[in-house]
Amino acid sequence: MAAYILRRLWQMIPTLAGVILLVFFLFKFFGGDPAEILGGLLATPDQIEAIRTQLGLNEPWYVQLGIFLKSIFTFKWGNSWTTSEAVSNIFATRLPATLTVMTPILLLDVVLGVTAAMAVAYVRGSLTDRTIMVITTIMLSISFLVYIIVGQWLFGFYLGWFPVQGWSDSVLTNLTTYVVLPVALAVFVSLAPQTRLYRSFFLDELGQDYVRTARAKGVSENRVLFKHVLRNALIPVLTNVSVQLPGIFVGSFLIETFFSIPGLGREVLLAVNRSDYPVIQAVTVYLAVLTMVINLVADVLYRTVDPRVVLK
Amino acid sequence: MSAATIGAKAIVPARPERSAGVWATAWRRLRNDRVGMVSLAIVIAFVLLIIASALGLVAKDWQKEIGVPNAPPTFVGPRVEEATKDPLASLVAKDAKPVDLSDIDPLAPKYKEWSERAAKIQIADPPRAQTLAFGADRLGRDVLSKAVKGAEISIFVGLFAAVVATLIGTVLGALAGYVGGKLGDFLEWVYNVFTSIPDILLIFAFAAVLGRGIGTVVMILGLAGWTGMYRQVRAEYIKHRTREYVRAAEAIGVTHAQRMFVHILPNVSHVILVRMSLLVVGFIKAEVILSFLGLGVPVDQVSWGTMLSEAQAELVLGNWWQLAAATLFMAVFVTAFSLLTDALRDALDPKLR
Repeated sequence: MAAYILRRLWQMIPTLAGVILLVFFLFKFFGGDPAEILGGLLATPDQIEAIRTQLGLNEPWYVQLGIFLKSIFTFKWGNSWTTSEAVSNIFATRLPATLTVMTPILLLDVVLGVTAAMAVAYVRGSLTDRTIMVITTIMLSISFLVYIIVGQWLFGFYLGWFPVQGWSDSVLTNLTTYVVLPVALAVFVSLAPQTRLYRSFFLDELGQDYVRTARAKGVSENRVLFKHVLRNALIPVLTNVSVQLPGIFVGSFLIETFFSIPGLGREVLLAVNRSDYPVIQAVTVYLAVLTMVINLVADVLYRTVDPRVVLK
Repeated sequence: MSAATIGAKAIVPARPERSAGVWATAWRRLRNDRVGMVSLAIVIAFVLLIIASALGLVAKDWQKEIGVPNAPPTFVGPRVEEATKDPLASLVAKDAKPVDLSDIDPLAPKYKEWSERAAKIQIADPPRAQTLAFGADRLGRDVLSKAVKGAEISIFVGLFAAVVATLIGTVLGALAGYVGGKLGDFLEWVYNVFTSIPDILLIFAFAAVLGRGIGTVVMILGLAGWTGMYRQVRAEYIKHRTREYVRAAEAIGVTHAQRMFVHILPNVSHVILVRMSLLVVGFIKAEVILSFLGLGVPVDQVSWGTMLSEAQAELVLGNWWQLAAATLFMAVFVTAFSLLTDALRDALDPKLR
C-alpha cells in the first residue's frame, strides 16, 4: 500500500508540471498584456514600463516561468490586481463560505440520491418507474438557471419563506438561515441525474448471479436489496462521489452568484470578469493539485471498501 | 427484445451477395423506436427553424421594438392600465403656473433654433402593439422572435463546439490508440493534465484569456470538453488495431494514415456519433450558463442564456413570458435531443443497452 501511494505521488509530478505549463503559457501567449490591464486606460507609457519591470515582464520567458514557479511553491501570489487583496487571504476567507454551502449539498445529494434510486429500482419496470424516468429526463433538460431564478423568486420573493440573499459571520446563522434555500434548490436539481445514475448502478447489481442465487435459496426480496445489492451498488456510488468531491471547492459558482454568498466560486467568476490573472491562476493550479490528491485518496478508500480491487 | 426480433428479421431476407451495412440496420432499428422517431422529427423541425432563421426567413426583425415595453402575451390580454399617479402631482399646486425664466436663462435664445433643428429629424415611431403572441421584453421586442433567434445561436454554438471537441478528441484518440508508444504516452500526459483541472475552472481560464464572442465560446467549450471523446476513441482504436481486417490492410501495403482514417474510423464512427450527441446537449447547457454570466455571446446577439439573464429581473415585476419562452424552447429541444441520443445508442450499438 505504501509503495502504491508513493508511486502515485511520484506520477503526479509530470501531471502537475503539465498543469503549471498549461496555465503559464495560456496566460502568457493568449492573455492580454498584464501591464496594460493593471495600468488601466489612463496609464502613461512610463507607468506601463514601470509595471512591466516590477512584474518581471521584460525578462525572458524562462525567468518569468521561474517567478511563476516560485509563487506556486511559496504560496506568495502577491495581491489581486483589482482589489489589492492578498491572494492567500482570498483563499482563506472565501473557502469557508463555499464549504458551508457545498458540504450539505454533497451529503444530501448522496443520501437522497441513493434512497430515491433504491426506491425506483425496487419498483423497476413498473409504471411508477417509467414515469419517474420520463420526469427526470424532462427535468434534466431545463437549465439549472431556470430552477434558481424561479426558486429564488418563488420562495425568497413571492412567498418570503427564506431571505432572497445574504450572509453573516456566524456559521450557525448561515446554516439555518441563508444556506437553506440555495442548498434545497441545488439538491432538488441534482436529484434527477443522481437518481438516474444510481438507479443504473442498482439495476446492474440486480442482474448479477449472486442476486439470483440469493433469491433461489429463499432470501426475502428486502434482504436481497438492502443487504446484498445495496452494499455492492455503493461501490460505484463512492467512485461517483469522489469524482464530484473536487467540485465542492469552487462550489457552485452559480449558486454563490445568485445568492451573494462570498465564496471561492463567485470570486473566480469576478476575477474572470476583471481579468484578475493571479487569482485565476492560483485557484486553477491549487485545485488541480487538490483534485489529484482526492483521486488518490478515493482510490485507496476504494481498496478498503472493495477488497477485490487490486491497486497496481 | 426489439433488437433480437429485428436482428432475426434482418437475417431472414439476407441476400447471399451482401449483408446490410451497419447504418442501414441501425436506421431500421431506429425506425421501430417510436420515441426515437418523434424526437428525430422534433430535432429536424428545430434544425429547419434555425436554418430559416439563419437565412433571415423568420425572426429577422427580432431587434425591432414592435410592442409596448413588457407587452403581455395575447392570451393574457393587454395590461390593465393602473391608475398611474404622477408622484409629483400632489407636491405641485393645481393652479401653479410655470415660472418664466427666459430673461435669466442663458440658453433661452437658442431654444427656437434647437426646436427647428429637432423638427427636421424624422422620428419614426410606428404604432406599438399592446399585446404580442408571446409577449415582449422590456424594450418591446417580440419574445417569440427572440426565442427563435436564441435557438439559432444556442444550438449553433452547441453543435459547433461538439464538432470542435470531436475533431480534437478523435484525432488525438486515434493517434494515441493506433500509434501508441512515446506519442501515446505524451497524449496520455496531455489528457491527464486536462482532466486534473476541474472543467469549470478550465472554461473560466480559457474565457479569461480568449475574451468574448460566439466563435470564442465555441473554441472554449471545444478545448475544455474533448477529453471524454479522446478516451473513448483511444480505447476503440486499441481494440481495432490488431483486428484481422487491419492486419490484412497492412499486408497489402495500405499506409498508416489510411488504415487509421479509412479503415478503422468508419468502424468506430457510431461510438463517436453517440458521444458527440451527448456533447451537444452538454455544450448547449454550458453555453446558456456562460451567456448568462456574460462570458458568452456578445450583447448585440441573443441566446437562451441572455434571455434568461434578462428574465431574472423581469420576473420580479411579474413578467414571466420571456422566462417561459426560453425555458420551453430549450426544454423541448434538449429533451428531444437527449431521447434521440438514447435511441441512436440503442440503434447503433444494441450491445450497449
